[in-house]
Amino acid sequence: MTDAAELRRRTQELLAAHPPATTERVDFLKARFDAGLAWVHYPDGLGGLGAPRTLQAVVDAELEAAGAPDNDPRRIGIGLGMAAPTILGFGTEEQKRDFLRPLWVGEEVWCQLFSEPGAGSDLAALGTRAVREGDDWVINGQKVWTSSAHVARWAILIARTDPDVPKHRGITYFICDMTDPGVEVRPLRQVTGEAEFNEVFLTDVRIPDAHRLGEIGDGWRVAQTTLMNERVSIGGMRIPREGGMIGPVSKTWRERPELRTHDLHQRLLKLWVEAEVARLSGERLRQQLVAGQPGHEGSGMKLGFARLNQEISGLEVELLGEEGLLYDDWTMRRPELVDFTGRDAGYRYLRSKGNSIEGGTSEVLLNIVAERVLGLPSEPRTDKDVAWKDLAR
Amino acid sequence: MSTQPDLLYSEEEEALRAAVRDLLTDHCDAAGVIARTESDTPYDPELWKALSEGMGLAGLLVPESQGGQGATHREVAVVLEELGRAVAPLPYLTSAVVATEALLACEGDETAKLLAGLASGRTVGALAVALSVGPGGHYKAVRSEDGFLYGELTGIADAAVADVLLVPAEDGGLYAVDADAVTITPQVSFDLTRPVATVTLDGVRAHRVGAAEPAVRRALRAGAGLLASEQLGLADWSLTETVRYLKERKQFNRPVGGFQALKHRLAQLWLEVVNTRAAARGAADALATGSDDTDVSVAVAQAYAAPVAVHAAEEALQLHGGLGMTWEHPVHLYLKRAKADSIAYGTAGAHREALAGLVDLQAP
Repeated sequence: MTDAAELRRRTQELLAAHPPATTERVDFLKARFDAGLAWVHYPDGLGGLGAPRTLQAVVDAELEAAGAPDNDPRRIGIGLGMAAPTILGFGTEEQKRDFLRPLWVGEEVWCQLFSEPGAGSDLAALGTRAVREGDDWVINGQKVWTSSAHVARWAILIARTDPDVPKHRGITYFICDMTDPGVEVRPLRQVTGEAEFNEVFLTDVRIPDAHRLGEIGDGWRVAQTTLMNERVSIGGMRIPREGGMIGPVSKTWRERPELRTHDLHQRLLKLWVEAEVARLSGERLRQQLVAGQPGHEGSGMKLGFARLNQEISGLEVELLGEEGLLYDDWTMRRPELVDFTGRDAGYRYLRSKGNSIEGGTSEVLLNIVAERVLGLPSEPRTDKDVAWKDLAR
Repeated sequence: MSTQPDLLYSEEEEALRAAVRDLLTDHCDAAGVIARTESDTPYDPELWKALSEGMGLAGLLVPESQGGQGATHREVAVVLEELGRAVAPLPYLTSAVVATEALLACEGDETAKLLAGLASGRTVGALAVALSVGPGGHYKAVRSEDGFLYGELTGIADAAVADVLLVPAEDGGLYAVDADAVTITPQVSFDLTRPVATVTLDGVRAHRVGAAEPAVRRALRAGAGLLASEQLGLADWSLTETVRYLKERKQFNRPVGGFQALKHRLAQLWLEVVNTRAAARGAADALATGSDDTDVSVAVAQAYAAPVAVHAAEEALQLHGGLGMTWEHPVHLYLKRAKADSIAYGTAGAHREALAGLVDLQAP
């Protein structure tokens, strides 16, 4: 049994053998992976020790105190949060061995080829085709809203392998090589002016069958693992009071009394309370996870933050008055991360509009809460027993 | 800022919840509460006896050395969640929390005797400050002359069932007054389950138990903070009961709960209830630990929980359709309690105003 003391001992061993001050960052990360201290709940030999997930915090704290480099989890978030658990759950031994280490170390960035222009919230309606040719699958279609596609080495991809069965059944899950000549990545410019996301065009992309994840036609079930993990990733971090978007606007309010009005004061106080309560809810969720009592609260967190971010940033633009008429920079940039705090209020206002769309629209999440948490009847499904090829498009 | 309160419920707290809920299930059904509101005894003395003498819950905040249970605001909050869920007609918040907290700020033999009485539940106490006054708010004091009190106080919650009143006087003292010695006139209350009354003191002999200002402030702060747990219970009942009803009720040949317009409203309400739970636990834990952050936690909890409880009860009434508008369905009890609670111990607006000072977001 691997307990906290054992993990502390192993962490100190790693630090002694590879002193952070004199070890190359990537070498240190590789050694950490090999020591089973990357994600302790993963199996032996795959960066973990089969320890309880909650004990990761013990390792992280020791390493942080020693000034060890980290693997920049935000930059490789899709790989860590979505690709890795799916590969772990459905991959062959060979796939696990080949992909997990470079993924965790950050040598290889991953992206997610799920959404399509015609299949957003109704993801299972996707039309990208995969046709078997010998040992390969040949992929044709278009994906959209793909963050990190322009820097990714690998992608998790879902494509239709059988159009003659209902839409959820004819999907298969693949690992796609983003350097394949048939993969074309085009920046997708957004309301903010920047191109954080991409469109990805797939033309006769050849994927070996060895890069299939799970059974043929079972891709929807595999994708559920990915999507569930997308929503679990919240709640791990402790946020201090005023740690979110309410921070900058509160600061401006304090520092610039000339901007204050009574109407804005009322709205600011109301949003300050809501932001603090949302923070407490996140903290409660985190405490539940640590105590091994996961609740349904996570389903609602994103809904709350999306609305709050939009309202707070909208208020901030108004508070700035004449300055609110300005925007910091409309040139098309290609950021690797969303930078809410490094940009100005106008950017925050525009970018936060995406918070209620990305990762599941608020409307779909409300349905999920109503059906899965409250147990209310589901929406009528008229497409349930219809072959995908016969659906109206 | 190191403000990470314990926001979970302990196993002991869950056991306490189960015990209180069992008692209320057996002895506090909605039909009984409705019938009682139209009788001469709006309170249920037997239920009070079971809760206080039987289970010892009136003395949770009182140290064992003073005849109480020596528990904390966290346990009291759990009791209040259940009382709110049952919209129970009991003077728990007013006597076991507010009057008790006022006395805990005082000293002396007489205080100790009163406190022990309140802790046992054999004596019911009421702070003679209008229910609408929030922590730090202005409250009315009566005239005192040579140990005798003169004046009239209105909006005193649960005065009608109190044995002892704690009355602030103009000389800065807090006085204990025997309820039999004053005239208590019930007002027609909006909230049928927590009635308010006028208290008239016409030269009543009174005993000074301590300084009014710190005692009243402490009592109202605890009252406001823990009221959020009652509001959580009210809101949770409203949501749960409405979801249950909408799964059964059919219109247009479908369960009404299957219509997306209603599903989204209920999901939104669920999110508000989840947030209220975090806010209420935050306030209860801050009060229990005596955290430096207590004033902020209480103001946040009250500013958030009060509108949620009202929203939940209003949604429950609307979504029950015509049934929700009837006297026989208990939802009106919840709406009335929730709306009265939104004024009790300071409105959400008053608490936001307090926050403006506490977190340095000053008015123009």
